[in-house]
Amino acid sequence: MYRIFTVGTFLLLILAGAGPVGAAEDVQPFSSDDKRQRFHELVAELRCPKCQNQTLADSNSPIAQDLRGEIYRMLEDGKTDSEIVDFLVDRYGEFVMYRPPVKNTTLILWLTPLLLVLIGIGILWRVHRRQSISAPPVNAQSDGSSATAVNSEALSAKEQAQLKTLLGESEQSESDDEKSSGGVER
Amino acid sequence: MSRLKLFLPLMVFVVLAIFLLNGLERDPNAMPSALIDRPIPVFSLPVLGDETRSVTEALFQGEPALLNVWATWCVACRIEHPFLNKLADQGVRIIGLNYKDDNDAAKKWLMDKGDPYALSVIDARGRMGLDLGVFGAPETYVVDRTGTIRYKHIGVVDERVWRDKLLPVWQEIQ
Repeated sequence: MYRIFTVGTFLLLILAGAGPVGAAEDVQPFSSDDKRQRFHELVAELRCPKCQNQTLADSNSPIAQDLRGEIYRMLEDGKTDSEIVDFLVDRYGEFVMYRPPVKNTTLILWLTPLLLVLIGIGILWRVHRRQSISAPPVNAQSDGSSATAVNSEALSAKEQAQLKTLLGESEQSESDDEKSSGGVER
Repeated sequence: MSRLKLFLPLMVFVVLAIFLLNGLERDPNAMPSALIDRPIPVFSLPVLGDETRSVTEALFQGEPALLNVWATWCVACRIEHPFLNKLADQGVRIIGLNYKDDNDAAKKWLMDKGDPYALSVIDARGRMGLDLGVFGAPETYVVDRTGTIRYKHIGVVDERVWRDKLLPVWQEIQ
């Protein structure tokens, strides 16, 4: 049952993706290829006011069809792209632009991605720096077991010194009574 | 400092939660109308029931009015209609914009359900609707006596919408 459901959802998704492809292909003879090209560019970056997550090209709603017709007429009338966008913004607000202009109210939209990338770089840099700082002690202890290496990181400089003297002593004592049965604290 | 960092995920969560909760409260269809505080667009369209007569934006001069976009194919308009009748009875001047509709069906609709409109303008091709930034029906505009659009409501006007949203503007422009 569950499988049928997922397969169904999958098919629906495919259909949803496939449907809009034909939607913008209104049967309209353009007087030039340039105008056809501009038409397709415009409808792809203008938003349908009714169905808000679709472009005019994607949507089959009556209003999207009307607006496509209007854009077609304006193109054939020789209007420029910006005149056409202005026409729509005048009526439906800046909302219809999928690519909003840079201004005070939209600054956050434009700057957030940049800010996030900068924060990401900052975090990467810090992580990297911390790793290179903590790296030497790990290398110094690399002859020891990994457990010792980990422990050495947690020790302060003073403790490190203490440890060294202790180890030095124990090594000495080890060499001193080489023939004894060990008993060295390790 | 490193203690504080432990709370970072929680802080991120709280910020996200605030934004998402806020989003739940908002109507995804609500969008600011570009035409608020702008004059009614220029038009010259025939009148329903008297098609030889045509009216212009001068219709909105001198007296405040509601401009209601309606059509017989619009299901929500059916729900809204009784309340519009009630408003008309209270003396509210309502101008209809019969949007992309069939004339005969529209006339029959008004015969059957009553006609709350001072008159209905026929926008058969939806050109006037386009100038108004209409993207569906019903939509209702509050227009003041100078022909300036003061408020736009998308969707059904009922008792609550009228009381909470339209009436305050309506009283203001009397």
